[in-house]
Amino acid sequence: MAGLVWAVTSAPNWPEVRDAFFDMDAYRRSFPSIARAFLLNVKIFLIAEGIVLVTALLLAVLRSLPGPVFFPLRLLATAYADLFRGIPTILVIALLGFGAPALGIEGIPTSTTFWGVVSLVLVYTAYVSEVYRAGIESVHPSQEAAARSLGLTRTQSLRTVVLPQAVRRVIPPLLNDFIGLQKDTALVGVLGSVEAFKQAQIEVSADFNFTHYLVSATLFVAITIPLARFVDWLVARDRRQRQAGRLV
Amino acid sequence: MSWLQIEGLHKRFGRNEVLRGIDLGVAEHEVVALIGASGSGKSTLLRCVNLLEPIDAGRIELAGEEITARGVDVNRVRRGIGIVFQAYNLFPHMSVLRNVTLAPTLAGGLSRGEAEERALELLERFGLAEKRDDYPDRLSGGQQQRVAIVRALAMRPELMLFDEVTSALDPELVAEVLNVIRELAEGGMTMLIATHEMGFARDIANRVCFLDDGVILEEGPPERIFSDPAEPRTRQFLDRIIAAGRL
Repeated sequence: MAGLVWAVTSAPNWPEVRDAFFDMDAYRRSFPSIARAFLLNVKIFLIAEGIVLVTALLLAVLRSLPGPVFFPLRLLATAYADLFRGIPTILVIALLGFGAPALGIEGIPTSTTFWGVVSLVLVYTAYVSEVYRAGIESVHPSQEAAARSLGLTRTQSLRTVVLPQAVRRVIPPLLNDFIGLQKDTALVGVLGSVEAFKQAQIEVSADFNFTHYLVSATLFVAITIPLARFVDWLVARDRRQRQAGRLV
Repeated sequence: MSWLQIEGLHKRFGRNEVLRGIDLGVAEHEVVALIGASGSGKSTLLRCVNLLEPIDAGRIELAGEEITARGVDVNRVRRGIGIVFQAYNLFPHMSVLRNVTLAPTLAGGLSRGEAEERALELLERFGLAEKRDDYPDRLSGGQQQRVAIVRALAMRPELMLFDEVTSALDPELVAEVLNVIRELAEGGMTMLIATHEMGFARDIANRVCFLDDGVILEEGPPERIFSDPAEPRTRQFLDRIIAAGRL
């Protein structure tokens, strides 16, 4: 790390780069406007995450339904997950964000932010459903057998026995995907929504100082790092409680 | 026609036929021990009776109702049949009390209060009352298995199935679990017990069935099966058990 810092700061063009990327005056100047724009990222993130948590779980449950009766549903859910994990997020955003409003259908929203959120939800539902599915499959079948043997229905055992254990186990990878979602809110900027990255671009084009991107980057980091620590704490607390044998 | 009647039961997993025509009748309040080597089909038989495994051929009747018939509500049938597994299978994310009250509240139609009252009564009876708020991780194997028995009993089953419930326990913890089962037998519970504890089977069972390769090769009162088996395979099995110091 120190070596890297040394290599960068002793590069022949470092003084020019320092002025273009690490200009503290420019940082202070654009911080308020980019921070304001960052609120839109937070909003997009919160709305999209709230929806994804539910839709991804539904998709994961669909994919783990047993038996030949549910084969068409499983097939559809799998096709969905494959498709939306396969297309680059920025293409989904561009296709939906420019395509859907262009249809001119009466009553469908034309807001670019709206279609940005829809795109993120579609993509992240596919990713997060994989995480949930891994969690569901990690719960030993004997747990479901025990629940069913007591007379619980399949839905009841899924809800009370399988899913609570599955979700607990996947909290860290779930968070990982949400950090990804949080960062990808910047992609909505390509549609023209003025979020932190777009605002930074506007600032850069005004004075050709790239420090504004740094402002944007620090804002993202300021959210994601505390989020990661918070989830570490949640996981540790859950483990402590189970080992201490006390009810929450 | 017995109270529990199993006729011509076949079960295969892929190409492996695990049960190859089981016929067995159990009277009410009777305790039947299933013995036999690992892989002889004891566990599969119990899982079929509980309808956890769909059967390939044959029929099972309980109290005059064919429970393996098409269209039978399996959840209703299972509520009347308790099963205890070798690996306890307690729900690790729930306290002892919640493990025991879950099914009575969700499937048994009891209110939370009624279910807790019933659960505490049972936990008290089997010396587990002070563990009510503990999570399964914190309990010994013997305690976990006793909680699993209590969890099954909380549904007030008419029939209890025990699937090698002491096989995963440290030797010094076996007795506390067997004592619970003995107490149930004295209370008149109808039970099917798959076990490797031959001494216990001899003590507690009204009848012993020796399973070999998916069929009941021999059955009879424990005194006869253990001292004078008719089949050479039964004799061979018991000799091996004796050699291992388990009888």
